[in-house]
Amino acid sequence: MSAKEAILARVRAALADVPADEPLERAPDRAHLDSHGVGPTLDVLEDRLIDYKALVHRTPADRVGEEIAAALARRGARRVVVPPALPGEWLAGTGIETLTDSREEPLTVRELDASDGVITGCAVAIAETGTIVLDGGPDQGRRAITLVPDYHLCVVRADQVVDGVPQGVRLLDPARPLTWISGPSATSDIELNRVEGVHGPRTLEVLLVEAAT
Amino acid sequence: MSDATFLGMPPFPEAARTAVKDSRLRYNLRKATHTIRDKRAHVVDEMGDDWARLRTEGAAVKTHTLRHLDRYLEQLEASVSRAGGHVHWASDAAEANRIVTALVKATGETDVVKVKSMATQEIELNNALAAEGITAYETDLAELIVQLGNDLPSHILVPAIHLGRAQIREIFLEQMAEWGTPAPPGLTDDPRALAEAARAHLRERFLRTRTAISGANFAVADSGTLVVLESEGNGRMCLTLPQTLISVVGIEKIVPTWDDLEVFMQLLPRSSTGERMNPYTSTWTGVTPGDGPQEFHLVLLDNGRTDVLADTVGRQALRCIRCSACLNTCPVYERTGGHSYGSVYPGPIGAILTPQLRGMGSEVEESLPYASSLCGACYEVCPVAIDIPEVLVHLREEVAEGHGHLGEKTLMAGAEAVFSSSTALGAVQRAAGLGRTLVPRHLPGLAGAWTDTRDVPDVPAESFRRWWNEREREEGR
Amino acid sequence: MRVALFITCVNDTLFPDTGRAVVRLLERLGHEVVFPEGQTCCGQMHYNTGYRRPASRLAVRFVRTFEDADAVVVPSGSCAAMIRDNYPRLGGSGSRLSRKVAALTPRVYDLTEFLVDVLGVTDVGAYYPHKVVYHPTCHGLRMLGLGDRPYELLRAVRGLDLVELPGAAECCGFGGTFAVKNGDVSSAMGADKARHALETGAEVLCAVDNSCLMHIGGVLSRQRAGMRIAHIAEILASTEKDFRSDTRDRTDKEEATR
Repeated sequence: MSAKEAILARVRAALADVPADEPLERAPDRAHLDSHGVGPTLDVLEDRLIDYKALVHRTPADRVGEEIAAALARRGARRVVVPPALPGEWLAGTGIETLTDSREEPLTVRELDASDGVITGCAVAIAETGTIVLDGGPDQGRRAITLVPDYHLCVVRADQVVDGVPQGVRLLDPARPLTWISGPSATSDIELNRVEGVHGPRTLEVLLVEAAT
Repeated sequence: MSDATFLGMPPFPEAARTAVKDSRLRYNLRKATHTIRDKRAHVVDEMGDDWARLRTEGAAVKTHTLRHLDRYLEQLEASVSRAGGHVHWASDAAEANRIVTALVKATGETDVVKVKSMATQEIELNNALAAEGITAYETDLAELIVQLGNDLPSHILVPAIHLGRAQIREIFLEQMAEWGTPAPPGLTDDPRALAEAARAHLRERFLRTRTAISGANFAVADSGTLVVLESEGNGRMCLTLPQTLISVVGIEKIVPTWDDLEVFMQLLPRSSTGERMNPYTSTWTGVTPGDGPQEFHLVLLDNGRTDVLADTVGRQALRCIRCSACLNTCPVYERTGGHSYGSVYPGPIGAILTPQLRGMGSEVEESLPYASSLCGACYEVCPVAIDIPEVLVHLREEVAEGHGHLGEKTLMAGAEAVFSSSTALGAVQRAAGLGRTLVPRHLPGLAGAWTDTRDVPDVPAESFRRWWNEREREEGR
Repeated sequence: MRVALFITCVNDTLFPDTGRAVVRLLERLGHEVVFPEGQTCCGQMHYNTGYRRPASRLAVRFVRTFEDADAVVVPSGSCAAMIRDNYPRLGGSGSRLSRKVAALTPRVYDLTEFLVDVLGVTDVGAYYPHKVVYHPTCHGLRMLGLGDRPYELLRAVRGLDLVELPGAAECCGFGGTFAVKNGDVSSAMGADKARHALETGAEVLCAVDNSCLMHIGGVLSRQRAGMRIAHIAEILASTEKDFRSDTRDRTDKEEATR
């Protein structure tokens, strides 16, 4: 008997008390709330990100390029990694050197490590928990590019932000590789004191792009 | 380099006796558990009524999954295979270790990086790999501390919780060089400096190593997605940069659908680190061409879990999502630390999981169900409502019905005889009342465990029963 | 109302003053107290130590003794919790015991629940001129969910200065046979609880359970800490009269115990 058959046989034997006709389909047990109504979505997201020690700026849609240029200047970043399809206007006029990474033509980890940072968009952001989710879309790229560089500048549009975790989960496609990011890397392993900055990017900077009014 | 094991440890009361006298350990544990306890309380309270709903749903989803585990296991295997992953089945630790060792050997590598994983700790995978000439490098900060110190984990979430910053600094200074990049010479015990030293120590290792081993917090049956929650980015490094990824996952980690994460991604971070969300969560489904490991193996581990499943009361322990809230709130754990439990699963959940996974084979397992005052704090904080006190009592029955403790059996039988009639109880009370002045301040044997530190109350001359009967007589009733 | 008192074996044998206080209190509030003679022990020690069958037999005895009562009052949070939470687990589903337990348990109350929920009183007319700290025992707090009830009752006592206990929700370390099976851990927990109680500067430590008080009191007494223990019933039963008639005598006694 294979290990698989043996394990499944043991599982079935262990469940002898479960009626054979017990339905597999679960009754919809969605009693939990979609949102906890904690406040205006963008404000809450900003508050949570600051709580995690991320750098946050809000900007109108027509000033994203300028804000990116300003952020990179503050950081002193000259060579930054970009995914295959960042919106052209984000980098227009910044005059900065970009290293484009793609699945087809990936940069090496050494190149990523030697860069000054990475700029991406995101798939979804969850306000209540201060979470930004990347799904490998063309403006986000391979998982490695937001991991190895020490600085991550992420642009989040207001229409990508939801209130709570349930809404976020429903918008995501599990078939894609997902990275949920809630602040810069951190650890609480020493006496349970939180310290920001371990293996992931030690600086997370977020541009929140306000909806046009 | 590391050969630490829980094998051959003394039973709980004996190990605990030493631990409670260790003032530095008591200080470290008290500080750490209270810090995290308060953080958890804050982020759970802010969820209001929804917490109770999520807790009920979390328990219901897990219970449902366990009751149809065979079906979900097969579904998971199909989904993972469809997405380009390879699924292996391991009945016990030895089989899992054999499978993983063979997979690593097939890559030709002798170094692997590891994400913190309870399942691989449980099967002592690192020791098995070492025996085959493969070095496994732990990358979670606390696991790294434990590995460098040739120590054992003492907590599910923070395996080095028993160590303070000064001790960690010593370990880094003494051991890092032996494993790779040495600690900077002027290293201080500031947590920031220690975290920085860990970053520097592991950086090159991450960029270079081509094979990684992980566990998983959840395995989603319908989509074939695995989920790992972490904080430091070491998880992302292991799950993203290597060419080959091997994940060892207990068969109870399944949830049926992707949407179930709506519940668990709210329950786990708040219960675990006391944060609204942990810094990083990675999810992957099989292999994504051009992004991340191009070879993915899932090893499904039984290792006693089907025995737990067979116990209709004890089964609920398999709902555990390894948050460690029960450890952080437990007054016993706070005073004994994790090593006293003689297992990678310490604290209240360990006290019910270890004897079930391993069977009541030795004094250690038989002592664990009694390692609790049944105060109920663990049940109160459990995000999937495992009634730990209920299972503890259930397992105590198993011990008492087995060979048990002879002295205790005699005492319990004696007590029942006294309580089986009010006349017998009255007679004992009268005798105790008469002999009350004879009770010494320090008693021998089992009773000495009381009188070593506590006085015995004075036995009154007259029991309540006798007073009541006198009163009734006087009032002529 | 006719109230059946389940005194519990520990109170009956070691703390008869608590029983006398319950009788006095309920009679003062105008209720009739009866004491069914056949009662002995709820079986908690057997149950919690893993001796299920003896516990079941004691449960059967309890049910037989009290099944006709209108209300059963228990001056012990953990025994009340044993009956309400654990008796239903003892009989198999649909068994005779289960049916009888289901019928009886809604009428079983811890003393403070009975006062607040059934009688609807928080001011029981008590007087107790002491600084008191209340320890909410685990079973009272987490199994019975007594919540604010004991605090409300104590706050309404004239002369009583109620102070807050740091780390109140934490177990004192008694835990029945845990106190001897894991004596070292139990003592360490008891010592911390005693320290927290002493930090408050209270004269009296009170609770709804004499078992926990016996444990913490044992530590306090060994330390000669000078803090007394009292079951909440004894405080609620006290009136001005107790302190007028024997003020001198009581002060002398207190001096002697320090």
